Amino acid sequence: MTADATLIERLDERWRDPPGLRGFLTTVDHKRIAARYIVTALFLMFLAGMLALDMRWQLSVAENTRMSPQLYNESFSLHGSTMLFLVSVPLMEAMAFWLVPLMLGTRNMAFPRLGAFSFWLYFGGVLTLWIAHAIDITPDLGWFEYPPLSGPSYSPGHRADIWAQMITFTEVAALAASVNVAATILKMRPPGMTLTRMPVFLWAMLIASIMTILSMPAVMLVTSMLIADRLVSTHFFSPAGGGDTLLFQHLFWFFGHPEVYIIFVPATGFISSIVETFSRRTLFGHAALVLSMISIGALAFGLWVHHMFAVGLPRLGNDFYTAASMAIALPAGLQIFCWIATIWLGRIRLATPMLWILGFVATFVIGGLSGVMTASAALDLQLTDTYFVVAHLHYVLIGGAIFPLLGAFAYWYPKATGRLMSERWGKVAFVLIVGGFNLGFMPMHFLGLMGMPRRVYTYPPGMGWETLNQVATAGSAIAVAGGLVFVGNALWAYWRGQPAGDDPWGGSTLEWASPSPPPPYNMAHVPVVHGLTPMWDDAGRLDVMDGLRPDRREVLVTSVTDAIPLYRQKSAAPSIWPLLAALAVSAMFIGSIFTPWAIVVGAAPVAATLTGWFWPSRPRSRSGPLGVNA
Amino acid sequence: MSPSRSIRIVGDLSTLPESASGPRHLVWWGNIGFMVIEGTGFALAAAAYLYLMTQAPAWPPKGDALPGLLWSAIFTIGLLLSAVPNVWVLRCARKKHLSGVRWGTLAMAVIAALLFIPRAFEFAHLGISWHQDAYGSIVWTLLVLHTTHVVTDWFDTVVLGVWLFTHEVGDDQFADVEDNSNYWTFVILCWLPVYALIYWAPRAL
Repeated sequence: MTADATLIERLDERWRDPPGLRGFLTTVDHKRIAARYIVTALFLMFLAGMLALDMRWQLSVAENTRMSPQLYNESFSLHGSTMLFLVSVPLMEAMAFWLVPLMLGTRNMAFPRLGAFSFWLYFGGVLTLWIAHAIDITPDLGWFEYPPLSGPSYSPGHRADIWAQMITFTEVAALAASVNVAATILKMRPPGMTLTRMPVFLWAMLIASIMTILSMPAVMLVTSMLIADRLVSTHFFSPAGGGDTLLFQHLFWFFGHPEVYIIFVPATGFISSIVETFSRRTLFGHAALVLSMISIGALAFGLWVHHMFAVGLPRLGNDFYTAASMAIALPAGLQIFCWIATIWLGRIRLATPMLWILGFVATFVIGGLSGVMTASAALDLQLTDTYFVVAHLHYVLIGGAIFPLLGAFAYWYPKATGRLMSERWGKVAFVLIVGGFNLGFMPMHFLGLMGMPRRVYTYPPGMGWETLNQVATAGSAIAVAGGLVFVGNALWAYWRGQPAGDDPWGGSTLEWASPSPPPPYNMAHVPVVHGLTPMWDDAGRLDVMDGLRPDRREVLVTSVTDAIPLYRQKSAAPSIWPLLAALAVSAMFIGSIFTPWAIVVGAAPVAATLTGWFWPSRPRSRSGPLGVNA
Repeated sequence: MSPSRSIRIVGDLSTLPESASGPRHLVWWGNIGFMVIEGTGFALAAAAYLYLMTQAPAWPPKGDALPGLLWSAIFTIGLLLSAVPNVWVLRCARKKHLSGVRWGTLAMAVIAALLFIPRAFEFAHLGISWHQDAYGSIVWTLLVLHTTHVVTDWFDTVVLGVWLFTHEVGDDQFADVEDNSNYWTFVILCWLPVYALIYWAPRAL
């Protein structure tokens, strides 16, 4: 049987957003919120790519004059800050927002309004950085702004404050998103989806969320300390007042290193989903993959000092972090072997999403190997601050996270839009991006070994660096052209693509059971799961449970380990308050760049909007001293 | 728009309750999530304190006064004693005792407000300003962080308390009171290591 038409109609009426602008501003639909995150982040990725291309233009010839030193500093700072804080992490969160409820067969996130708040606050961070750039207050000290350079003595003006406060915005947004994702995965799994039957994708998102919760407070604390040093003359980082500049580096990298894995671990979730579907067999080594992720998550917190090998720490400390940094290659390697075994034992289908995974394996292994090289403190002393590090970090971040993300985009695009992207143009984009990327970044390894320092706006002729730089510039241009083909393909398919149907790839997990695009309530019934691959377990049929009320927004809450149904939870309706609360918080954050009183004064509107947010919808009391008599 | 895959109905959820309490409730987990975030923030601020302490030749640095013990002791004793009514409110919430949670939550709001008095004197008797040196900066950070914690939970308690009187109280509201009580316990537990660092670490060296 199929879901009955009256039920569908009632669900549609209950879960639909209000029309027009009101719906746009008040929506709590996880798919709409995620789509906003994704579109915003992809647009920013385009802007950051343009900055990269401009920098490559500047470096293509010795003593080029396209950029002044100041413009170059601003360009790489804006590029790095945008890519790390406004693109990579938010994109991974957005994928979780979009996919987690669908893969659980539930109707929304655990805390729908918190999801909306998270996006609006993230958007506040985007506007803070880029409006500041438009009015020439661009941060110019790189993506990690070390004091004393970023302190009050060496960086007057507000460039450093803009950077620090942009981080506060995005980190509050990320923390809110992570609590939401973790609670959803732990408490809203469908009956039968015990922790041992949970798809690797959901494990990846859960682990990344917990890592975010444990690491992002560090960067919020350290940037707040930096702002305090600059605004109210504290002495955290001023040696003259008993402070210590290395404290900044420790706290920053206590966040900064896990951040790399907060970006990479969700990517391993995409890879696992794609490899499973396109190898047409259950993933090899489910338990090994999950345990690898957990150990990567734990080890990631013990590596941060490898970003500080050159600052002169005790030798024993360096040795410990060298060992720990090399140790993380073991679980990462184990994952790669599990995926290769799945491909080996399955019947591989080389559609575009799968091509991206093969591109990932090749590229990420190169990045991993250069990582093992830089993990050695002795070698790192030679390589630090050279283009070798630029090559390494792009191989791991672009190869390890962005390639799987593009594969994930191609894989889930038909689910999101109901249409298929062109395979032919998908392959063209793949060849251009992967080819251009390797052409662009491989020469940087050699430039680094030849001694070319990073973060310099030009170099003298006669160093022997020009040819390799020109190859790198050509590679970047090819990769950007590939990016445009990719986006063009997505845009064209949105209006003209072939209809996809519910399950174009024969996927293994529950998101493929909902219509494409999924309706606001996702699925009419609550699915019941019997194994790791619910869509393959009972060919052509899905066991479900009935009984969630169609006349109110309701979701099923289950137990943490065994997903036993516990109760039916009311799910929040659309509301303007998350937007208003985000505006109030934004005003407080921006004001606190200029005066500490903004925090005191700004707390009142924040408190007021949060009160409005939680204002009870239940009837007035009939008992007690303030009750209304019937 | 119905899914093309055929379905088989194997169970009915309509007999399940519409709320739960403790860790069975969804919001309990959200509350835990935010406690972990804030707890991590406190742990890192404490780590920053210890880091600066190990880097300094003397702690507090020469010439800085030690923080006063009187008002901090009054605050700490008051905070610890507030655990008693707090646990009582928690039990009322678990037993779904309506007037107990109403008056108990109101009492907790008053108690938290009273604690602002010794806290204000604590700031006045820290013996150092935040802009004097790094020791002053980190001591103020710890105390401001914890004060923010107390103020936030106080405000939350006031709003919750008012709504308990003005609006119908159902199972979800009893769960809210339980979460609020758990949060106050967290505020108490966070204070103990912070108190030890601010007032006793400088005396231990």
